[in-house]
Amino acid sequence: MALIEFTKRGIYCKQGDFYIDPWWPVDYAVTTHGHSDHVRFGNKYYLCHTLTKPIIKRRISEDLNVETLEYGESINRNGVNICFFPAGHIIGSAQVRLEYKGEVCVISGDYKIENDGITTPFEPVKCHSFVSESTFGLPVYKWQKQEIVFNGIRNWVNDNINQQKTSVLIAYSLGKAQRLIKNLAGDIPIYVHNSIANLNEVITAAGVNIPETIRITPETTKDELRKGIVIVPPVMRDSRWIKNLSHPVTGICSGWMQVRAHRRWQSADAGFALSDHADWPGLIEAITATGAEKVYVTHGFTAAFSRFLNDEGIEAAEVLTQFGQEDDEENKVDLAGQNENK
Amino acid sequence: MKRFAKLIQQLELSNKTNDKIEALVDYFNYADDKDKVWVIALFTGKKPKRPIKSALLKYWAIAITETPEWLFAESYANVGDLSETIALLLPPAENTSDFQLHTWIEELHDLEGKDDETKKEFILSAWNKLETQERFIFNKLISGNFRIGVSNKMLVNALAKQSSLDSAQIMHSIMGKWNPNTITFHELINGIHVNTDNSWPYPFCLAYALEQEPEKLGDISEWQAEWKWDGIRGQIVKRNGELFIWSRGEELVTEQFPELHFMIDVLPDGVVLDGEILAVQDKQVLSFSTLQQRLNRKTISKKQLEDAPIGFFVYDILEYEAKDFREEPLSIRRKILEQLIGGLNGSQVIISPVINCKSWQELADLRQTSRSINSEGIMLKKLSSHYHSGRKRGDWWKWKINPYTVDAVMIYAQKGSGRRANFFTDYTFAVRDGENLVTIAKAYSGLTDKEIKEVNSFVTRNAIEKFGPVRTVKPELVFEIAFEGIAESKRHKAGLALRFPRILRWRKDKKADEINTLEDLRQLLQSTL
Repeated sequence: MALIEFTKRGIYCKQGDFYIDPWWPVDYAVTTHGHSDHVRFGNKYYLCHTLTKPIIKRRISEDLNVETLEYGESINRNGVNICFFPAGHIIGSAQVRLEYKGEVCVISGDYKIENDGITTPFEPVKCHSFVSESTFGLPVYKWQKQEIVFNGIRNWVNDNINQQKTSVLIAYSLGKAQRLIKNLAGDIPIYVHNSIANLNEVITAAGVNIPETIRITPETTKDELRKGIVIVPPVMRDSRWIKNLSHPVTGICSGWMQVRAHRRWQSADAGFALSDHADWPGLIEAITATGAEKVYVTHGFTAAFSRFLNDEGIEAAEVLTQFGQEDDEENKVDLAGQNENK
Repeated sequence: MKRFAKLIQQLELSNKTNDKIEALVDYFNYADDKDKVWVIALFTGKKPKRPIKSALLKYWAIAITETPEWLFAESYANVGDLSETIALLLPPAENTSDFQLHTWIEELHDLEGKDDETKKEFILSAWNKLETQERFIFNKLISGNFRIGVSNKMLVNALAKQSSLDSAQIMHSIMGKWNPNTITFHELINGIHVNTDNSWPYPFCLAYALEQEPEKLGDISEWQAEWKWDGIRGQIVKRNGELFIWSRGEELVTEQFPELHFMIDVLPDGVVLDGEILAVQDKQVLSFSTLQQRLNRKTISKKQLEDAPIGFFVYDILEYEAKDFREEPLSIRRKILEQLIGGLNGSQVIISPVINCKSWQELADLRQTSRSINSEGIMLKKLSSHYHSGRKRGDWWKWKINPYTVDAVMIYAQKGSGRRANFFTDYTFAVRDGENLVTIAKAYSGLTDKEIKEVNSFVTRNAIEKFGPVRTVKPELVFEIAFEGIAESKRHKAGLALRFPRILRWRKDKKADEINTLEDLRQLLQSTL
């Protein structure tokens, strides 16, 4: 009997009687990471990685009942062994390994292969069945090494400063923002939006080292911002606040920026293909490393990716989920950040 | 090639004309001279010969990346561009290349006539030394067009800014006949290959809309009334044996309208005519939508020539016997024009007729019949008037007929720009088609600030979905949309397109089920054909 089934409420483990990243309220929700399409309000208990706990308490409610695991640590629930492994997606993101009577299933949540310098890097886990995302499951999505992308961003920022323009980077407040801060920190001060500063606070308190940034307040002058790097969440795009800066130029950091049509559709001045999701070679590498006999493909280019896997001799099935609908990529409203600003 | 790749990226990312011009100026300041000539050629539609079919490019890319054909198709569907899909699919380049744009174009040219194996070898080795963005451009050089929103006019403005030369002169130079392989950048923009003295046009004289009663203009006998035609305002310049046709957008459009080229033989030298480029058959003006088939085309098919024959209705004469006649009164200019053009008795070049009326009332009645001859109203020009440069109040008036209107419901809203950047000011409207709503127009202006705020708050409260910057809203608000014409359109779901739609007023008194239907618009379309 399979270890998981896909139900109306989400991915369900019958043997252990719990859900993974459910989208309807349940008793026990195993949580892969803190993005809003994977963790929602209303569950009685949450099980997540130690670093995800302060994040979801901050973003959802301080009153949540949360149990935590470190990477490699496991607990038993109704005879099912639950163990967490790093997914490399964002701080605290975990792959969930389930084992019951010798049968192993891994639910990877969202993941990326490349070490981004701030997230515990992805580790492949051997299993019989594997649940994979396919956000960028087409062969045109191949990332450059992040150092090349960051060099591009640094050059862009330097050009802007020389031309007296204000560099505004649009990045999701959980994940992409911390990755940018970690990799761009240097001589140029980084100014961050409230929602990012708030998350940085709880993440730092949990023991992760995030380089110093300056919280933007009404007192921050346009002059200061022009000489720095400004990072704001997607909800601020097209905002009057940005338009009122001194010669603002916006840059979007997202995997979608790989393709011209997506770049042009966005009303940004620059696009940097920087993603927290695995690219095409990354997906294939991860899946091959699991040795899984059966792959469930959730959100993304599910049809194309699962057809490709089947053609390659890996049994794969498309699964309809609600993941990716409020994804961390740009163009989605960051509800947490919005509320904090009110 | 790297510099050109960067230019393309800059042009693609910005929607602002000034940024694009800045990027072009920057490019023309620093790029290689031979490259600059090719960039002008590419942007004005002078394509280099294509030695390789794009199907072959695709085939080779599929083969070396071992991509299944269906997966290539899926990727292409997501990317939307063949050259780019190939550029992204290929593995990272192992080598680099400092070849300039013109070197690549020359190398590609040399492939002409070679066998497929040689071509394949060249392409594969090129792909292996170009970065993704360069590869994309390389593929485009072989298989596509550079559609990057740079009009001839924008290109000319950038060149004028960079070189401090006169823009009309540059326009003539680059629209002329030249060979990018042989001409230098300096020769090209200085117009060594053309005589720019022959082509320069005059600024157009423009009219204000008549907002008062025509009676207030005084005695009708002091005025010349003409039909106002709905086409492309143009100037025909004939000097020293050369003929040039300028549009009001200050673009040279001579090549687009071969029907008018006979003027080179019938017009004396030193003549400049002002008039309207129109679709004309049997001396009758056809609808604007007919004319539209002939606009902005690089090549014209035989069918287009037959379906939409071009004519020129002459309004005025600005230069005669190589002398500037603009300071002469209209009455004198008209006499000269009638002597000159009246004698031609042509079917495609016609003096725009004067409407003789004894009273303003008679003229007002005639004005109501404008649409039956595809005119959009009446022009009033004072007989004593000079031909002014640009818009000047008092001597010329346009007295347009009232527009068509339709009641439609708002279904999408988008934020505006500039002062209204934080308000939803750009709306898309739909009419009923049975049970469904079908979009018919997008419109921006026409509401007061107070109304905009009201609509904005409605949109915020009633947004259903979000697609990038666009919100779908509950179909509830009804607006009266004014428009100037209607045409069949295969590109629009409704099968028709409105010309120059704008919001006339907000019909708060109407509900969404009282709006017009698609059938109403179809009937209107039939009646105008």
